[in-house]
Amino acid sequence: MAEFTLPPNSVVKGGRTFEAPADATRTRTFKVYRYDPGSGENPSVDTYHVDLDTCGPMVLDALIKIKNDIDPTLSFRRSCREGICGSCAMNIGGSNTLACTAGIDEFDGDIVVYPLPHQPVVRDLVSDLTNFYAQYASVEPWLKADTPAPSGRERLQSPEDREKLDGLYECILCACCSTSCPSYWWNSDRYLGPAALLNAYRWIVDSRDEHTGERLDDLEDPFKLYRCHTIMNCTSACPKGLNPAQAIGEIKKTMVMRQF
Amino acid sequence: MSTSEMRSPLSRAKGWGSAKSGTHHFWMQRLTALALIPLTLWFCFGIASMPGMTHADFVAWLSSPFSAVMMILTLIAVFYHYALGLQVIIEDYVSNHAVRTAAVIASHFVSVILAVTGIFSVIKIAIGA
Repeated sequence: MAEFTLPPNSVVKGGRTFEAPADATRTRTFKVYRYDPGSGENPSVDTYHVDLDTCGPMVLDALIKIKNDIDPTLSFRRSCREGICGSCAMNIGGSNTLACTAGIDEFDGDIVVYPLPHQPVVRDLVSDLTNFYAQYASVEPWLKADTPAPSGRERLQSPEDREKLDGLYECILCACCSTSCPSYWWNSDRYLGPAALLNAYRWIVDSRDEHTGERLDDLEDPFKLYRCHTIMNCTSACPKGLNPAQAIGEIKKTMVMRQF
Repeated sequence: MSTSEMRSPLSRAKGWGSAKSGTHHFWMQRLTALALIPLTLWFCFGIASMPGMTHADFVAWLSSPFSAVMMILTLIAVFYHYALGLQVIIEDYVSNHAVRTAAVIASHFVSVILAVTGIFSVIKIAIGA
């Protein structure tokens, strides 16, 4: 059966607590998942009381402050700090999002920070996205055309056809959508997940691509595509406001349309 | 499927490639759902009219060509939809490949047995024993 409970070595235990400086007047509590697979210890949740007067406004600012000033052993990925690189995707307050675009003031009570759900954990908030990236590569996300490009200029596309790529090309591959999807949790070995499928559709709908049929053929599969049951977690999780569920729906619609 | 550590991530992600099926299953699930809207309404109104009926009244009701045809259509749509839906649930939640395959096959057999039993019963009543 699908695993609904954590294996014994993954059960989360209580962790350490780090108090805020005594003179701090405006503090916020962060409960952060900690795990070092090499240690042999179970994961734990450490509690950090952070002085907001010496901290930036975003959850990522708080994590950086924790790492810089409170506990340098905390591991997480981050780079651009403005929602374009996708590195700091994690589960904050029960939802997948980017720590850099999630304001501390958007959350009530203690802010609980976990890694992206149902992925192997490399350490703390760093999850192993090898399979996620391989699935993206498997949809061959590049223009495939047999007609040679016109010499001296680009392949032409009407403004209307270009508009069809809006809401698709903006995907930053942060994995918030795929790792929020229960179908992806249970069957990510065979289900491509919302991110890879949205990117597959980005090329299926591109008027310049000449391999639309082959792309559809490659997705015509009970697991690769049809594990999507329109749960919509992907769309509610996407920190870029994209709609992977709609893109998957369009793929399914195209699959049916080409039968008639 | 082998998930040997020595296989590349791309090899594992591509897996067995496309089974070249799934759309028919998806489309039939929607069509049977669509068919079941009027059929279920008819069935519910039929059941609602039953209190007070004698056995002979019921046999007469089900023996009318309209009722018999509607009941057979309902049975076909219900058990086709049931087989398709149960298959999806099994594929979602049963991760062991051998158990999953066996469960899907068993669920298909059960749905065919139930559908044929129901249809035979309607025919027997409608045509007369």
